[in-house]
Formats: sequence, C-alpha cells, structure tokens
Amino acid sequence: MYNFEFVKPATVDEAVAALQAEDAQPLSGGQTLIPTMKQRLNAPSTLVSLIGIDSLKGVSEAGGVLTIGAGTTHATVAAEAGAYPALAALAGGIGDPAVRNRGTIGGSLANNDPAACYPAAALGSGATVVTNTREIAIDDYFQGMFTTALEEGEIITAVKFPIPEKANYQKFEQPASRFALVGVFVAKTADGVRVAVTGASEEGVFRWTEAEAALSANFAPGAIEGLSASADGLIGDLHGTPAYRASLIKTLTKRAVTAA
Amino acid sequence: MTEVSMVVNGRKVSGNVEGRTLLSAFLRENLGLTGTHVGCDTSQCGACVVHVDGAAVKSCTMFALDAEGADVATIEGQAAPDGTLNVIQQAFQDYHGLQCGFCTPGMVMSAAALLKENPKPSEAEIRDYLEGNICRCTGYHNIVRAIMAASGQDVPAVAAE
Ligand SMILES: Cc1cc2nc3c(=O)[nH]c(=O)nc-3n(C[C@H](O)[C@H](O)[C@H](O)COP(=O)(O)OP(=O)(O)OC[C@H]3O[C@@H](n4cnc5c(N)ncnc54)[C@H](O)[C@@H]3O)c2cc1C
Ligand code: FES
Ligand code: FES
Repeated sequence: MYNFEFVKPATVDEAVAALQAEDAQPLSGGQTLIPTMKQRLNAPSTLVSLIGIDSLKGVSEAGGVLTIGAGTTHATVAAEAGAYPALAALAGGIGDPAVRNRGTIGGSLANNDPAACYPAAALGSGATVVTNTREIAIDDYFQGMFTTALEEGEIITAVKFPIPEKANYQKFEQPASRFALVGVFVAKTADGVRVAVTGASEEGVFRWTEAEAALSANFAPGAIEGLSASADGLIGDLHGTPAYRASLIKTLTKRAVTAA
Repeated sequence: MTEVSMVVNGRKVSGNVEGRTLLSAFLRENLGLTGTHVGCDTSQCGACVVHVDGAAVKSCTMFALDAEGADVATIEGQAAPDGTLNVIQQAFQDYHGLQCGFCTPGMVMSAAALLKENPKPSEAEIRDYLEGNICRCTGYHNIVRAIMAASGQDVPAVAAE
C-alpha cells in the first residue's frame, strides 16, 4: 500500500475542508477501501477518517422515516433499526461479525459495489441520501457499478428510509466473498411495490419494474409466475451464468414476497 | 511518522507509525505482540481478530491511527498473568479445537466476543458467528465443541458438517 497522510476530523465541516486536499478521500469503516488500497487499486494522498465524527452516527425514527447516520456500523443498524425489521436483518447478514463492527452504511452506499446489500435496501425502499450539501432521491443516486451521483469531496451524512408496510431481503450468498451472488429487496408501500436487485447486473443495483407492476396489483408470489427476468446485461462469471442469475432473481423475489 | 497511543491489554502503549500502518502491524512489529496472526491480509480469514473498544475487528483492516485512544484486547491478554488459560483457551485445549494453531488467536477472540453477546449460543449460532474465521485444519467441529464447553453447555456429539 502506498503511504498517505491521515487526518481525523471531529466535525463534518472539518472533514469537508480536509477533503479539499489533492487526491483526498474519505475513510469510513475501511472494509472496502483498505483492501483496495492494499491492491493499489486506490492510492489517495490524504485519507480523511470519518469515524471520529459523532454527528454521523446513530439510528432514529420519526414520522415513519428511519434516519441512519452515514457512519453507523452494520452491527449497530442490525441492533437498533428495530423500527424497520427487514433493514435490520439485511444489516445483520452483511459479511461477518468483524466486518459488521467496522463497515458503515455510508461507505457501502458511496462505494456502490454491484454485489452489496445496502444498495438494494436503499433503492427498494425509495430512500433519500443526505450529503453535506443536498438530498439525493435514490432513483437519481446510483449511476452504474461503483458510480454514484456524489461529487468530488461530497460526503454522505445520513440516509433516510421511509418505513414500508412490509418488506423483505433475500440474499443468495456467494460463500467465499460473503457478498450477494444475487440479492432481492422487496418493499410494499401505500404507493405500490418496489423490487430492487443486487449482485446480478453489470450496471449495479436496478429495479425490476415488471415485477413491481405485477406485485402492486397483487402482492403474492404467484403474481410474477408468468414473468421472467431478462438475462441481458447480467453478470456472468465462474459463480453463475447470466441465465442462472436471471432465474435467481425470480426465485428470490417470490421468496421475499412470501417472507415479507 | 505520527505518534499513536492506545491501551493494549490494559497497558498504555504508544509508538510512531505511518498513515498506512495497520493495527495488526503496530501490534506485531511495534509492540512485539505476535500472537495476533496475519493469515490473508485481505480481510477474509479472521486470524487477525482483536477487540477494539470491546468489538471484534480484523486488525489487518484498520489503520493504527484510527485506534488512537482505543482500548485494544489481543490474545496475549487472555490468559492470567501466571499463564493460566482462560476458560475459552482451556476449552480449545481440552476439546482439541486447534491443530496447527494459526487461526486460533482469531478464533479465541471471536469466541470471546460471541460469548459476551450471547452467553449460551446454539451450535448454529456459533457456526454463524465464526463465518469470518477460517480454519484449514480442524474442520471446525472441535472448535464448535470447545465453544459449547466454554459457555458451560453440554457438548453433544455435534455433527460434523
Ligand atoms: C469479508 C467481507 C465481506 C463483506 N460482505 C458484504 C456483504 O455481504 N454485503 C455488503 O453489502 N457488503 C459486504 N462487505 C463490504 C462492507 O459492507 C463494507 O463495510 C462496505 O462496503 C463499505 O463500508 P466502509 O464503511 O467499510 O467504507 P470504506 O471502505 O471506508 O469506504 C468505501 C468507499 O466509500 C467512500 N466513503 C466512505 N464513507 C463515505 C461517506 N460518508 N461519504 C462519501 N464517501 C464515503 C470511501 O472514500 C471509499 O471510496 C464485505 C466486506 C468484507 C471485507
Ligand atoms: S489477516 Fe486479517 S482477515 Fe486475514
Ligand atoms: S488450526 Fe490450523 S488453521 Fe485452524
């Protein structure tokens, strides 16, 4: 790993200022960034650790919206997001206990790994990403694998999840990486059903709109029996072909509807 | 180089590190606490698990500077000062929960974190909690038995997976 300057501010304003340095990058739990720096896929000259910023931590609920600070670990969400059980369960299924004790929701959403779990929850819930400068609706946020609407130097400060009537996440785990081979998040709200798929597409997380329409009309696994997810643009690798992933999308969507 | 200070196994320590110095490297190279093993250095194997402020973390995936002021516990602090093994370590010995021993420090530290959260875990809960701790020798069977025993539970003929 190349060396860098390490700074640990105590406030968001100080962090934003520190990120003005050339090639500066935020560090949250480091569970993604440190491995990529070891591989020299990433070589920031300054790392701005966000974990000393208390205002970025915590889970709170008000008016049917669950707000999670960007620096909240997966373990804390699993323990404290009881107001949104499907989200707490998703957080408790990420990686392993040591990863959950460090990794954060802000880091996961900023990274937008195509096989990560939180992007499915955020897109499936119709969440809002709050940054130091603005609020970004989730449908405008994800812009393809490892790409988001975040600008250079912009920090996620919190994520707001409207709590649905029912929801469930089904993760078909890739046992070596502990990420999702395919994961499907289904949420039923007063405005209809959202179905978000991770792990499957070359473009990262996406909504399966045909299934959303069918499930909005009839929230039952049988409602999507006649549909099939397209294998076009799906990931093919040694763990599964595009056709296999397409088949998993449908199976997991049905399971999520049953379990919701 | 920047000075970093923390408490390790109850003792105040400090040392000079670079930004990129991992907590695992600080423990092993600066402090000579080589009980914390680095198996993969890619966040996969859990041999390097230590506790930071009470939570199990992979010390190969945390910078030493991010542990400034923290309370760190490693395998060296588990036995009593006279060398008497703690209940988890003793159970690993009694139930043959190790062969080469490379994964053992991480296994013992993960087991300690589990039993703090869940004093009487089921076999399935133990296996689930150890998801991030890889052992290439034992087949896990005797590790699960040791943790059952350490938690004061009967050690059934836990089925080998
Ligand atoms: C063994 C293992 C298994 C895993 N399994 C899973 C899994 O099953 N599912 C899953 O979803 N993930 C999994 N992960 C990834 C894990 O969830 C990471 O914690 C997460 O992807 C990144 O969060 P972090 O806090 O560690 O971010 P970091 O690694 O610190 O940062 C990641 C990226 O986000 C940027 N960043 C961080 N915080 C912010 C912020 N507030 N604002 C803007 N940018 C920011 C950083 O600059 C960096 O580019 C796994 C990781 C490991 C090591
Ligand atoms: S050495 Fe840290 S996880 Fe393997
Ligand atoms: S005892 Fe050898 S790796 Fe576990």
